[in-house]
Amino acid sequence: MNEQLDVATMPTATGEHRQRAVEISGVTKRFGDVVAVDSLDLTIADGEFFAMLGPSGCGKTTTLRMIAGLEFPTSGSLKIFGDEVGTLPPNKRPVNTVFQSYALFPHMNVRDNVAFGLKMSGVGKKAAGTRADELLELVQLSGYQQRKPSQLSGGQQQRVALARALVNKPKVLLLDEPLGALDLKLRHEMQNELKDLQRELGVSFVFVTHDQEEALAMSDRIAVMNSGRLLQVGTAEQLYEQPVNRFVADFIGRTNLLDATVADGDSIVLANGTRLRAPSPHAPGTKVAMSLRPEAIVIGTRDEVPADQAAHSLDGVVATTTYLGHSVIYDVKIDWIDLEVRCLPERAGGRFAPGDEVAVWWDRTSDWIVPDDIDDEIHHDGPIDVVQAAQDRDGPT
Amino acid sequence: MTALDIEPTQIEQPAAPVATPEFEASNIRQNRRRGLLIALPAYTYLILFFAIPLFIVVLYSFGTRNRFRGTDLANWNLESYRALGDDIVRTVLVRSVTLALITTVICLLVAYPLAYYISTRPPVVRNLMLVLVMIPFWTNFLVRNYAWYVILGTDGPLSRVTETVGIGETRLLFTQTAVVLGLVYGFLPFMVLPLYASIERIDGRLLEASRDLYANGLQSFRKVLLPLSMPGVVAGSILVFIPSLGAYVTPEILGGAKTTLLGSYIVTQFLTASNFPLGAALSTVLMAIMLIATMVYFRKGGRTL
Repeated sequence: MNEQLDVATMPTATGEHRQRAVEISGVTKRFGDVVAVDSLDLTIADGEFFAMLGPSGCGKTTTLRMIAGLEFPTSGSLKIFGDEVGTLPPNKRPVNTVFQSYALFPHMNVRDNVAFGLKMSGVGKKAAGTRADELLELVQLSGYQQRKPSQLSGGQQQRVALARALVNKPKVLLLDEPLGALDLKLRHEMQNELKDLQRELGVSFVFVTHDQEEALAMSDRIAVMNSGRLLQVGTAEQLYEQPVNRFVADFIGRTNLLDATVADGDSIVLANGTRLRAPSPHAPGTKVAMSLRPEAIVIGTRDEVPADQAAHSLDGVVATTTYLGHSVIYDVKIDWIDLEVRCLPERAGGRFAPGDEVAVWWDRTSDWIVPDDIDDEIHHDGPIDVVQAAQDRDGPT
Repeated sequence: MTALDIEPTQIEQPAAPVATPEFEASNIRQNRRRGLLIALPAYTYLILFFAIPLFIVVLYSFGTRNRFRGTDLANWNLESYRALGDDIVRTVLVRSVTLALITTVICLLVAYPLAYYISTRPPVVRNLMLVLVMIPFWTNFLVRNYAWYVILGTDGPLSRVTETVGIGETRLLFTQTAVVLGLVYGFLPFMVLPLYASIERIDGRLLEASRDLYANGLQSFRKVLLPLSMPGVVAGSILVFIPSLGAYVTPEILGGAKTTLLGSYIVTQFLTASNFPLGAALSTVLMAIMLIATMVYFRKGGRTL
């Protein structure tokens, strides 16, 4: 199911082959009876900007914490640059973490915060201070050395946290929702800065987020997790255009999911009886869903439907229209489903009003059939809150 | 936008009368008066039974003992304060301070790990353990000290155990060790609770961050946990040191003649020697020490809290 690229053969921009920075094989983490991470296989390449994406409680943070050494796998193997690190304490691993809400030491000034890791690993006070100043310059915080973290803005604290981790030259930088506490504008700014920084340093960044837009915008590859399991690993394009199941299709971007049944080897039947050519590996009778992105749907009058597209056009009534400036969203009521349609305003902006009878159709290259994994989701819904509770309970203080 | 030219809405003048400066001032005055009224019973009580007696104590410390075992307040002088330099007084003072310090250090060493342990438990267990720490308070302090008297006595349980294992009988009762044991027992909760309160507030991620930044367990404690729990350390130390310094009941019961502490000595001045000025002077000095300690706490605590 995982169309994971073999990173060992994944060429970089310059053509050389990358090393495996993090190699997770068959890792399971249990908190009591609850399975937080379920037999996870994942390889992260050196120099890669890698995101772990999923709803809260999906196991992405637990995975990150296992790489950091703040949790230990119940079973499986975890390697960093080829070395097994399974039960090594965090201070013995060549990785550093940017914590959610930063966890800056409130009793130390900015320079001491940044120099902390160096001092702990035996670098002299003076050399550590100099290195810290260099890093603060890198994150554009020169002149803030003597401030306490509480005297900094959220964005500045974020930079200090980055400098504090990067000063140790980690082989892998782990980031736990680092932008979660920032407002939208600052978030976008920091997204770009993080990406630039990563490119500049060439270090692997492993980034945990529940914000799919952020993951798409920043990452080379993204792992989508749910209920402790890895659903798909791939580039933003792969996840958006070829999701492996209903959950991924729904979670990455917005989509319309049309229920369908596999008729035979190369066709499916939509819920309204429309039969469409769609080769699928699933047995006849299997419930599937057709994912149709809002921007892939064309809206018009019945007369405008091109003859070759008439076979998969649907009639409906506009329920609501939403003008967003760069696009117009139509909510179209078909008798068996509501479709979200996104158009450019110059093409159809203000063209239809609620109540108008319309037809919608789409290019057959833009739909995508996914297995209907809804039972799977319900089956795994239970433990999610319990996982969170277990983490809350087991977390120190 | 020309088609959509809309006149900006006029801001309506409020119809109700506005708050004039005079109104605001009278409002503030009224609030102040009301506040005073509420606090009046407490103020009255404190003035009658605390401030006035305190004033009398300070007043007596400047007086002179007369031949009739009374005190002359006319001709006030510093004779009693000069008497604090006497050998006997100095011995008692040094002994009291030493024992109070030892008690404080032992309490700190015992209470810190316990407070840390409690604060890392799940909430339900945490509350249960805090209740356990406070349970001794449910029994009278005097009774608990007599319990120690029995435990430490020559034919008490402790002595029996040591005799059985062959170390011989223990002679702890009426020694300074017994006094320290009793004081640690009595004041340990005063150390545990503020320590717990300040450790519990520390974000666990800070400790994780320090481990992530290559600190080992000990460094993590020294560089992060201890500095951040300093307000609790200072508060607990003062809460133990002050009552230990003026302790009366425990040294009276568990200590012997050679372990007279400040509390007992002051009582003797008032009740036996009838040297009210000396007793009052000692009390005043004791209060001054406590006041200074408290001020240190607030300055220290105020910066880090």
